[in-house]
Amino acid sequence: MSGNMNLTLKVWRQKNKNAEGKLVNYQVKDISPDMSFLEMIDVLNEQLIVKGDEPIAFDHDCREGICGMCSLYINGRPHGPKDRITTCQLHMRSFEDGQTITIEPWRAASFPIVKDLVVDRSAFDRIIASGGYVSVNTGNAQDANSLPIGKEDADLSFAAAACIGCGACVAACKNASAMLFVSAKVSQLALLPQGQPERYLRVHNMVAKMDEEGFGNCTNTGACEAECPKGISLSNIARMNRDYFVAGIASDN
Amino acid sequence: MSILDAKIPEGTLEQKWTKFRSSVPLVNPANKRNLEVIVVGSGLAGASAAASLAELGYKVKVFCFQDSPRRAHSIAAQGGINAAKNYQNDGDSVYRLFYDTIKGGDYRAREANVYRLAEVSSGIIDQCVAQGVPFAREYGGMLSNRSFGGTQVQRTFYAAGQTGQQLLLGAYSALERQIGMGAVKMYSRHEMLETVTIDGKCRGIIARDLTTGKLERHFGHAVLLCTGGYGNVFYLSTNAMGSNVTAAWKAHKKGAHFANPCFTQIHPTCIPVSGDHQSKLTLMSESLRNDGRIWVPKKARDTRKPIDIPEEERDYYLERRYPAFGNLVPRDVASRAAKERCDAGFGVGNSKMAVYLDFAFNMDRYGHIEASKKGLDNPDAHTIRELGKGVVKEKYGNLFDMYQQITGENPYETPMRIYPAVHYTMGGLWVDYNLMTTVPGLYALGEANFSDHGANRLGASALMQGLADGYFVIPYTIGSYLSKEISTKSIDTNHEAFSEAEKAVQEKLNKFLAIKGTKSVDYFHKKLGKIMWDECGMARTEAGLKKSIDDIRALQKEFWSDVIVPGSADEFNPELEKAGRVIDFLELGELMCIDALDRNESCGGHFREEFQTEEGEALRDDEKYAYVAAWEFKAQNQFELHKEELKYENIKIAQRSYK
Repeated sequence: MSGNMNLTLKVWRQKNKNAEGKLVNYQVKDISPDMSFLEMIDVLNEQLIVKGDEPIAFDHDCREGICGMCSLYINGRPHGPKDRITTCQLHMRSFEDGQTITIEPWRAASFPIVKDLVVDRSAFDRIIASGGYVSVNTGNAQDANSLPIGKEDADLSFAAAACIGCGACVAACKNASAMLFVSAKVSQLALLPQGQPERYLRVHNMVAKMDEEGFGNCTNTGACEAECPKGISLSNIARMNRDYFVAGIASDN
Repeated sequence: MSILDAKIPEGTLEQKWTKFRSSVPLVNPANKRNLEVIVVGSGLAGASAAASLAELGYKVKVFCFQDSPRRAHSIAAQGGINAAKNYQNDGDSVYRLFYDTIKGGDYRAREANVYRLAEVSSGIIDQCVAQGVPFAREYGGMLSNRSFGGTQVQRTFYAAGQTGQQLLLGAYSALERQIGMGAVKMYSRHEMLETVTIDGKCRGIIARDLTTGKLERHFGHAVLLCTGGYGNVFYLSTNAMGSNVTAAWKAHKKGAHFANPCFTQIHPTCIPVSGDHQSKLTLMSESLRNDGRIWVPKKARDTRKPIDIPEEERDYYLERRYPAFGNLVPRDVASRAAKERCDAGFGVGNSKMAVYLDFAFNMDRYGHIEASKKGLDNPDAHTIRELGKGVVKEKYGNLFDMYQQITGENPYETPMRIYPAVHYTMGGLWVDYNLMTTVPGLYALGEANFSDHGANRLGASALMQGLADGYFVIPYTIGSYLSKEISTKSIDTNHEAFSEAEKAVQEKLNKFLAIKGTKSVDYFHKKLGKIMWDECGMARTEAGLKKSIDDIRALQKEFWSDVIVPGSADEFNPELEKAGRVIDFLELGELMCIDALDRNESCGGHFREEFQTEEGEALRDDEKYAYVAAWEFKAQNQFELHKEELKYENIKIAQRSYK
């Protein structure tokens, strides 16, 4: 089923991390409003491939908004014009026939470009490896219900844990700060009894790693929260700052 | 044809695992430090295995094709994870979970493995909670449970509609902890393209660095494939775009038998196909069947809006056919029933290939409860509905949002349209009780193996199995192999077996690029998908399967003469990656049809139209087909069948009934 939308795309093309990149224009025709945005790029890529041209490289996997692999800066917004969704959940019905759409990769020094629209977000993994866990080896656990957790804390912890690690917060921030990402993990565990023994060590180590990876500072503009596809709240950053402050006092003693 | 030895321990069902664990040879800590284990895949099985083995002291390398181990497709599992905790005091037990799983699998799974799975299920929940996985809870602070298909107890633990995500992030954080400690070396954006066998034992892999295109050689005393299922052989499925069979298929071609490849699960509640452009299908969690009632109009080709069809003109066909389980029959049964109604002309929506999943009844039921909690006297229908909506939103809000985003329809106001879609593959690499394949030193865990779900997997059992294999089974069973390997030194990757394997991989990559034909890789993938869905999907026939084997072989030939893969092998090249995966699917699809043709019975997800009861239910043939079909790769297009007889010593095998 083909549709009736014709669009002009301006897409960032860059051979590899060392090459220079530029925006390249493409015309796509007969796009259905029921297509997802990534399916629209599939259509363009199919045309490029059979001509023997190189298709546009972009990250994507689950295509249902949960794996966090897709990215794309669409008309100046991470994950496109609609709130609270990932690029793979964006459908062409959110655009108009004849529109020009600019597609760029995440831009942040800590996310170097791999190719075209693909960036390297391994800095996020390294931040988690620096402390985003509870140190409990397999087999150590007590019975799950021996640790009652009030529904309110459980729900708040869950809301923070919903982060998919896509990096939109960093891409949206003028400082390329990763505070929303880091604070989501810090909060998830700080809200739970299981997270208490390592609470202050965790926040200290994760923030240190975040700084080492070159992410910028937070200046409370709130762009991260506004663009987060999972609605991770800024209050997590406040919680993290409080814990970080306490961790600093504790380490001074 | 040989008889396969599953190495099931002696003793009663209840004693097997306990005795095995207490008597399996151990490796002392000093020796563990010298033993290297390769884990391919970082989903629930891979991440949990890698973390647990590193905690024990083994040297571990983990490979995943995604940009981060946190992306593995386990993350997309929605509904929940089963465990025989009996927290609800509703009669659950290890035995009942074991029994439900065997019955749900239509008596084609191995008793000893399934009992072990049920035994360790409880420890998984404990472990995940200790890691900080935020499961749903009640106001008193205790864990909440819900029901899933094929069971009559509430044993499913969940985290809204994102259970897989939370469990995977738990396993991922355990893995990252080990990476941070230097006990695991992580290789993201790496794809395994070959196993390396030396003196009959698996000793490593060839992997391609997907960013640079460089081929790498990695040695391991043992290799664990935790690479998920092969549902993408159908092109359209609920799997992630990158999910593939390549690692398992390479292992198969190097001697690992592939078991029950035709056992695939078609999930009943997915968003229907909307057009040819579609690249994947999206699941709506089975948990929705707790509160959604499935129906079609009683009148064929009814074009009225669902809201205009009065109650007495609706056919709640699952409640009608299966009064005992109603909307919570197992997935295979629910899927076939939907197909039957649509084929008979009762389907809904534009394509007529959909049925309704309707929440109105239960929204009102919840609304009444909420109104009485609030002490409202004679609330009007609107108030009741609004209160009920709030309850449904709390339970399934993210799923409803997802549905609306994809279809443009509001499921709070009009019923969802759903249709079955390929979701999970019960078949996989044949493994024994230790999870070892027919190649010594090569293991398969999670969805990549065949072992626990028989011919149909019950909802919320995949997460359970992946984590059981990784956290609680492999750390013990691998000892029985590695304890004999303590004097094996690391093998230099200049060994000729590594050179030959790398050369074969390089030649194949070059071959893809050299064809320079006229058709994209996706063209072949879509064609294969259509053949598989039409002839090896929800209903299969002898004639259709025979024809599809010929069609697939022709498609393989066409691929090798007319595919076009742009770019080069020494760069980031997603089309080249896809070419390798699709040709493996083309070979696997052929074997799936061969397997489906061999199995002259219907069981679970495998429905041969020739073999059904008068009421249209699956008709098993236990005399002839109570075996695991394990296929050995002999040569291109040639596979030899080996059988593992399934013995039921504890469960009386019976016609499965959910009526």
